[in-house]
Amino acid sequence: MTVLLSTRGLSKHFSGLHAVENVDFDLPAGQIRALIGPNGAGKTTFVGMLCGRITPSAGAVIFDGQDISHLPAHRRIRLGMAYTFQITSVFPGLSVAENVALAARPHLRGEAEVAAAVQDALDRVGLGGRTGQVAGDLSYGHQRLLEIAMGIAQAPRLLILDEPTQGLSDGEIAAFKALIRDLSATTTILLIEHNMSVVMETADMVTVMNFGAILAEGRPEEIRADPAVQAAYLGTDADAGT
Amino acid sequence: MLATLEGAVTAAVLALTAVGLSLVFGVMRVVNVAHGEFFMLGAVLAWWVAHLAGGHAAVGFGLALVVAPVLVGLIAALADVAVLKRVGYDPERTIVATIGILYIIQQVTLMTYGPDARPVEPPFNTRIPLPWFEFTDQGFALYWPWGLSTTSYKLAVIGASGVVLLTVRLLMTRTRIGLLMRATQLDRETALAFGIPVDRVYAVVFAIGAGLAALAAVLIVPISQAHYLMGGDPLLLSFIVVIIGGLGSLPGTVVAAILIRLSDGIISVFFSPTLAKILATLLVALVLVFRPQGLFGGARA
Amino acid sequence: MISRSLALHGGLIALLCVLQFVLPAYHHGNLARIMVLATYAGAYNIMFGYTGLLSLGHALFFAAGMYGMGLAMQHGGLSPAPAMAVGLLAGLAVSAVLGVLALRTAGVAFMIVTLMFAQAGYLAILYFGNWTRGDEGFVIQQAERALAGIDLSDPTNRYFAALVLFALGMGLTLRLVRSRFGRVLVAIRENEERTRMLGYDVFAHKLGAVILSGTLSAVAGAAYGLLFGYVGATFGAVQYSIFPLLWVLLGGAGTVIGPFLGTLFMFYLIDLSSGITSAYMLVAGVALVLLTLFAPQGLAGEIRARLWRWLP
Repeated sequence: MTVLLSTRGLSKHFSGLHAVENVDFDLPAGQIRALIGPNGAGKTTFVGMLCGRITPSAGAVIFDGQDISHLPAHRRIRLGMAYTFQITSVFPGLSVAENVALAARPHLRGEAEVAAAVQDALDRVGLGGRTGQVAGDLSYGHQRLLEIAMGIAQAPRLLILDEPTQGLSDGEIAAFKALIRDLSATTTILLIEHNMSVVMETADMVTVMNFGAILAEGRPEEIRADPAVQAAYLGTDADAGT
Repeated sequence: MLATLEGAVTAAVLALTAVGLSLVFGVMRVVNVAHGEFFMLGAVLAWWVAHLAGGHAAVGFGLALVVAPVLVGLIAALADVAVLKRVGYDPERTIVATIGILYIIQQVTLMTYGPDARPVEPPFNTRIPLPWFEFTDQGFALYWPWGLSTTSYKLAVIGASGVVLLTVRLLMTRTRIGLLMRATQLDRETALAFGIPVDRVYAVVFAIGAGLAALAAVLIVPISQAHYLMGGDPLLLSFIVVIIGGLGSLPGTVVAAILIRLSDGIISVFFSPTLAKILATLLVALVLVFRPQGLFGGARA
Repeated sequence: MISRSLALHGGLIALLCVLQFVLPAYHHGNLARIMVLATYAGAYNIMFGYTGLLSLGHALFFAAGMYGMGLAMQHGGLSPAPAMAVGLLAGLAVSAVLGVLALRTAGVAFMIVTLMFAQAGYLAILYFGNWTRGDEGFVIQQAERALAGIDLSDPTNRYFAALVLFALGMGLTLRLVRSRFGRVLVAIRENEERTRMLGYDVFAHKLGAVILSGTLSAVAGAAYGLLFGYVGATFGAVQYSIFPLLWVLLGGAGTVIGPFLGTLFMFYLIDLSSGITSAYMLVAGVALVLLTLFAPQGLAGEIRARLWRWLP
């Protein structure tokens, strides 16, 4: 099993606050990995450093054997990463199709190929009938799905999804679970998620973060049984719980 | 020495104008491109008031010192409520709107006041000889050379500016309205949530900012003259001062004003005034590019 | 969609072509000016309308082209064709340098930085009065204004030269908005961070937009100087940075036809009011305020929002 992404000693300090502290992390290719943890545990900061939105205070990020710590965000994306935003971030004034086309173009040549990739990505998230609509006019749930479609259209080797199911209806969440399993055939997935049913049903492995460090790592059922993890989620101090 | 004193007069006036601009930017996050026109309006109104009042120069001037800033402040408050508030203080649209206000004020002045430059008489203007000292063969000597002098009015301008700047500082740090301003400056949303009338605070701040420019203009108009195009230079210089001093920082603004004006006198000894202006403008642009927090600002954004 | 757009813009060019034969001399001359200025406005629109970069210093590019051309003819002794090339290169160089520096900032700081650089450029024109003749400017003699044997001081030739320039500028913009590069510019305007996270080099694209816009502005400036035979410092002053913003805002930012409509309306509005009062810039001020308040989309923008969704 080859490792697609790893970090060594990755840290981020914001004026004295240790948001992420000395994290060593390995993600094998082909896996669906869930990243969970209480609010403020440092999850978004951590993935922000993976894809280059946030400059680390120390440590290294290695993608596919290459040290990418000093590459700007757009170069990392070109290497085959995709990141979908926690707070919906689409192009509100452009059509749904153009939103996805912008995601597909960097790796496709002809406009015909782009159009096919766009239709495919939109069909997979269930927005196939809305290509001509202006993205800003979509409902919140549909904008989230558009965001995921953009991630798919990038045809990444690593897809980082930051709380993708937030604000989705139950029906949409069920469809999302199926979609994730379907995608895992072609891409590695790192999933920040609060919804435990999504985590339990989709993830191969779970990493738990708390206070900027990795608290536990294991298969979903192991994590569910871990007393330290339970303590962290109940809000008591992790060490006191063990 | 004489150049330094002349520099101090313009530095004092510049500091007043720039503090007005800085206050508006600091609290409202609005870049007021029409600031120079409020300055100009202050000078022109001073001429009107002094002209209408007649009698002794001091009467007209004293009246202008009150009436012009207040009127300009009211006009500014009106512009804030009628225009800036309605574009939601969106940074880019606000700048475009204040460019529009700039031309409106400037051109209406041209239509009513006309294209001539007109003087205002200073209220008092005694000549004060200045001492000069030298080391000669006989040792240290102090004498009053002919021609080396300043006027009491110029000294008064420096004094008055100092008093006003101190008042602004006290207003910001010691009073309720100052507290409201600082609260609004820190976080508009939270201020709103705490029931601070943000709209009214903004109108007051915009009025005070413009009023300070007008006051500065009234003070300088007996030394220079009132003209409808006189707003350009104060605007440019205020920008320079505010940017170098750190956007929104009052003490930084004052220090920068003094520094710029004093160095301006020295620079123009070596370069022509135009070249000095080119260098100053480029300096500001480069400071914004490479040190956006200002030369004296700390690391905070 | 493409054919409708072609019909509209091609139709405009054809109409302008016909108008040449029917307009009285006064409006004929005005329209030639408007077409050159609309090219300048269109260049401004590439940065402001499509990329979302609001510059307050475009006069720097316009003047760079005009003086590049003018000085090359006046002091370099070049004929108009190479002099125009000098103007173009001057715009290219100035916009590349300005872009690299100013694009380190964003938003309000970007506006002030461009304003300051343009002000420095304007002052430099005054400072080097020995060559530029400062405020007074200099005239390019009628005899020298011939391009490939065509006398550009002749009204008909001048009109057609302006039309060719305008058509080229508009064609370039139409091509741009359909190209991949242009679509990324629009994406940057809509959501810069998202564009970066799709793998696009945002800085490089913005720099491309600045250089394209600056160079086209310079060509418009050079053409203006050559066609109307005068090079002066006013074209480098703040006013000429504000004008394209005003024209584009009025006509509709981010539309291909908007800059022309805006320039046309504003030119005649100022022309009419300057007959009544010397304070004609009042009209510009009032228009700016009213536009920001009531029609931030401009004429063509409102048309697009209400009638023709396909308008590029």
